[in-house]
Amino acid sequence: MEAQIADSKKGKRKSLLALVCMYAVLIVLAAIYIVPFIWLISGSLKTSSELFANPPIWWPKVPQWKNYIDAINSFPFFLYLKNTLLIMGFNIIGVLLSNSLIAYGFSRIEWKGRDTIFIIVLITMMLPFQVVMVPLFLLFQKLGWIGSFLPMIVPSFFGNAFYIFLLRQFFVGRPNEISQSAKIDGANEFVIFYKIILPLAKPALTTVVIFTFLQSWNDFVGPLIFLTDNRLYTLSIGVQQIMSVNDPRWTLLMAIGVTMTIPVLIIFFVLQKYFIEGIAFSGIKG
Amino acid sequence: MTLNEKKNLRNGLLFISPWIIGFLMFTLYPIASSLYYSMTEYNIISEPIFVGLKNYIDLFFHDELFYTVLYNTLYMVVFGVTLTIVVTLAVSIVLNDKRLRGLSFFRVVFFIPTLVPTVILSILWIWLFQPENGLVNTVLSWFGINGPGWFASPTWSKPAFILMAIWCGGNYIIIFLAGLQDIPAELYEAAEIDGANLFDRIWHVTIPQMKPIILFNVISAIIKTLQSFAESFIITQGGPNNSTNFYSLYLYQNAFLYSKMGYASAMAWILLIITLVLTISLLRANGFGKAEQ
Repeated sequence: MEAQIADSKKGKRKSLLALVCMYAVLIVLAAIYIVPFIWLISGSLKTSSELFANPPIWWPKVPQWKNYIDAINSFPFFLYLKNTLLIMGFNIIGVLLSNSLIAYGFSRIEWKGRDTIFIIVLITMMLPFQVVMVPLFLLFQKLGWIGSFLPMIVPSFFGNAFYIFLLRQFFVGRPNEISQSAKIDGANEFVIFYKIILPLAKPALTTVVIFTFLQSWNDFVGPLIFLTDNRLYTLSIGVQQIMSVNDPRWTLLMAIGVTMTIPVLIIFFVLQKYFIEGIAFSGIKG
Repeated sequence: MTLNEKKNLRNGLLFISPWIIGFLMFTLYPIASSLYYSMTEYNIISEPIFVGLKNYIDLFFHDELFYTVLYNTLYMVVFGVTLTIVVTLAVSIVLNDKRLRGLSFFRVVFFIPTLVPTVILSILWIWLFQPENGLVNTVLSWFGINGPGWFASPTWSKPAFILMAIWCGGNYIIIFLAGLQDIPAELYEAAEIDGANLFDRIWHVTIPQMKPIILFNVISAIIKTLQSFAESFIITQGGPNNSTNFYSLYLYQNAFLYSKMGYASAMAWILLIITLVLTISLLRANGFGKAEQ
């Protein structure tokens, strides 16, 4: 009996020790993840000589808030911002329209060959962009789209495998009875889609909008290849351009970095639930 | 086919018609025409000239750089993907511990890096990895370690990209966590009664239960690595000494720097085959695709 108590005491102490170790490891890891951001912020407030100082300076003596104004004035920030938002707006509209319709066709209607075609949709997710990159460029060139926003906008109106998958999984989970009773009342598929299923799908649609926002805001490869006219540049590509000159002004670049990251972080913190659920969902149901 | 079946087929196809058009125009047509271009010499300005398998032969027999980029990419797949998955899985297992408070805080911390735009990420890591006064080498120097030149060193440039990839692995953590939460608690209780220690439990309960999700993340990571291009394009332009010239970067250079569209298309087709072979053999080796057929 006594031995047992001693044993369980020892066990408790052991598990407490394990817990402390776990926290220690996590806190160190969390620091590794957070400190780079602090480094970016502190870098954006340094003078150039402070940035290049060796050993490094952790925090600038006098924060150079002016860096942010200089950064925005150092390139056509507002033009590039406008371009980015324009592409993003059209992408969000296109993605919502097309993928909700397509996902409905893959989930709420039974038709021959549906599941086979859906497998093709899933397979296209594996396709590296590089495989279609060259022919797409040549196609858009033939169509006269290079030098306009069209290559960045039009494809989003024709479905995206990942979003189709995400929305389909959500639609499948809605009970069948709601469609059945509407059908008895004489509603056709489009009415059921528009009046019943879409309003129910708001959370899933929100996730899709967030991902599209993120994709358009961060996209680098698309604009690099398709937006050859510098008046059409997005922020990402504009920043890369000022980076690639000789001797770029790094403090300003870091200020732009902070400026470009903050909107994403705000959206993330406000809509965190949808981010996490959307990503978790893709792995579980896959 | 009954009348109702016909109506459903019509409606179904109508609803997915945007995808059908998109698939034909932006996927199938490009893949097919890429196969054709891969057998041509094409510099955009003049018409493509059919040259048969010349591009493929040149790639395999006359282009040493092709093997370099293949090696670099394989290095990233083998070491980069493995490390990323092991680290993110380990972090997820720790985070999933029932006794732990503040899960949502840590989850946010590990997820945030995935939100940073690639260009900004590149700026940030250029500075973290500065050989002279970068944060990484400064921290290393506290432990008496003389840090390497990272992006400036042919030996350490790839490990630098791997560290960067791990730091951006928040997506995997979220997916692992969701999977871990679905493992029935009874399995762990049963293992504990049988006297299994922590490592036994991870090895015999967690890993087998998580197999499909680990596989999903591994495949996603491999596809991402094979396509990875922006970071090396921005940070190193493939250097030093082509040590970070990866497959997709070299493909891009051939297409848009040297205007060798045919050559780049041949590379694209090889990449497609590599992707398919890797994915399918991973799925097969883990027993997928057999039972479902």
